Amino acid sequence: MNRLRFLFLLPARVFTAVLFLVPLAIIALYSLFTRGTYGGQSPPLTLDNYARLADPLYLSILARSFWLAGLSTLLCLLLGFPLAMFIARSGRRRHLYLQLVMLPFWTSFLVRTYAWMFLLRDTGLVNTALQALGLIREPLPMLYNDGAVVLGLVYGYLPFMVLPLYSTLERLDPSLLEAAADLGATPIVALARITIPMSSSGILAGCVLVFIPCLGAYLTPDLMGGGKSIMIGNLVQQQFTTARDWPFGAALSLALTALVMVLLWYTMRRAGDHIA
Amino acid sequence: MKNVLEIHSVTKRFATQTAVENVSLEVREGELFALLGPSGCGKTTVLRMIAGFETPTSGRILLGGTDIAPLKPYERDVSTVFQSYALFPHMTVRENIEFGLRRMGAADIPRRVREALELVQLAGKEDRKPNQLSGGERQRVALARSLVLEPQVLLLDEPLSALDPNLRKQVRTELKALQRRVGITFIIVTHDQEEAMAMSDRIAVLNKARLEQVGTPSEIYLTPRTRFVAGFLGAVNWIDGVGVRPESVRVADAPPGNGARSIRATVAHSLFLGNCLHVETRLADGSPFVAEVSRLNGTYGPGQQVHLWWNPSDELKPEA
Repeated sequence: MNRLRFLFLLPARVFTAVLFLVPLAIIALYSLFTRGTYGGQSPPLTLDNYARLADPLYLSILARSFWLAGLSTLLCLLLGFPLAMFIARSGRRRHLYLQLVMLPFWTSFLVRTYAWMFLLRDTGLVNTALQALGLIREPLPMLYNDGAVVLGLVYGYLPFMVLPLYSTLERLDPSLLEAAADLGATPIVALARITIPMSSSGILAGCVLVFIPCLGAYLTPDLMGGGKSIMIGNLVQQQFTTARDWPFGAALSLALTALVMVLLWYTMRRAGDHIA
Repeated sequence: MKNVLEIHSVTKRFATQTAVENVSLEVREGELFALLGPSGCGKTTVLRMIAGFETPTSGRILLGGTDIAPLKPYERDVSTVFQSYALFPHMTVRENIEFGLRRMGAADIPRRVREALELVQLAGKEDRKPNQLSGGERQRVALARSLVLEPQVLLLDEPLSALDPNLRKQVRTELKALQRRVGITFIIVTHDQEEAMAMSDRIAVLNKARLEQVGTPSEIYLTPRTRFVAGFLGAVNWIDGVGVRPESVRVADAPPGNGARSIRATVAHSLFLGNCLHVETRLADGSPFVAEVSRLNGTYGPGQQVHLWWNPSDELKPEA
């Protein structure tokens, strides 16, 4: 039995070891190297790359990333919760609605982001239409700012919020809500006292699934933030490309990974306490 | 006695079927009233319309003399004990029982919760979560959660069905005693005729969305208005349009000649049931006829020729 288990788990273990742990070890090693004069990286080993993380410039980018990722997560929750509730109560149609939620995944994220840019830019569909209607004279600045980045992140990661929320709300026994109403709870009270507390595991899972990729987002801030609204993901990317400073890029991405893991561990522990 | 609840010609149609067809009922203050019928007869729909979870297609429901049609479930002075109990799993026993009181903005909540817990003998378990309780305890929490609100009518949907069969007889006695003590009107939905008869002051029998008969347990058992009611309340032998309950039938070797009705039969087999002897016979035309007689009368073997007799006053004469 144990032997069988070992054999079945072997491919996954080899896969994880070769394609995840080994690259991570390489990154860890690079983060301790010194940057060469013309790029590249070599000994001596140093912790200087990590010391540079304390630079206020980088800290402010980190803070911005947390703020934009947090705001996007909150908006995803506010939009996703009613949607998930609606789908969970749609009877036989719910499978169709779930398919619609996942429909955007059939197209490349890059293409979808460009589509948004076509809509939002100064000569884009929205501004042109508003101007044609005479509602505005100058185009509204809808692209290349924090708002555009948040819009792109919410759009991109909303399904990751809806799916776990749906799966907990779908399992919520409708007789509990009837009991709440029967005991005098208005729909708002029933939502606050029964539905939300009983779907806390879905809320937590959804927030984690949205917040983490938002925090490390690279494509959306790059395209929709237009370089003015830079996040930690863009900083990492710059180090590996234009700045040609792989050791610092490696240190940055490892620091981000560590931060996310600590955050995740803390959240899960809190959630565990709460449920127990 | 005053009617606490009146149902006037209520009909409920769903997309594909009629669940309740022109049902009228009156429930008196302080009585234990049962809605009895087979599954799908509409009894649960009646209960859900009283609670406000379903809206009648037509007809009126009066609670304490007032039409409750415009009231939402959370505005109605009735409370439901759900078949699954529907306790809030993330709340303790105390929080579950407090829930309705807090919604009402009631005064003196701790005292009322304590009294409700004592009433259902759950004192000391107030800090448990529902999943730390037995089935019987969960049911009592559900009861306490509703009783603590002192509703005009307490609705119970199959209150015993989720319990262990050994526990049911005990709980139905306790439930009835509790109802007498608190004096609140109980309406119980059940498909179990024995349960309905053992607990209720009056029973409404429903079948296929229609009301068949309302009466005390003895009225509907002894003078059923329809063949359905006669058969649903207990076993019946049908002969020439009248019904004879097996326990009304005597078995003899010779015709009794005392004005009783009698008929010749052949014993098919007899079963010893402990408290009685279950004798299955065949009449001359081959139709079955069952008698349940005292085991003190002797034994009957297959093929034995007997005379079955009963008093005409014990015959059931349903109109339909």
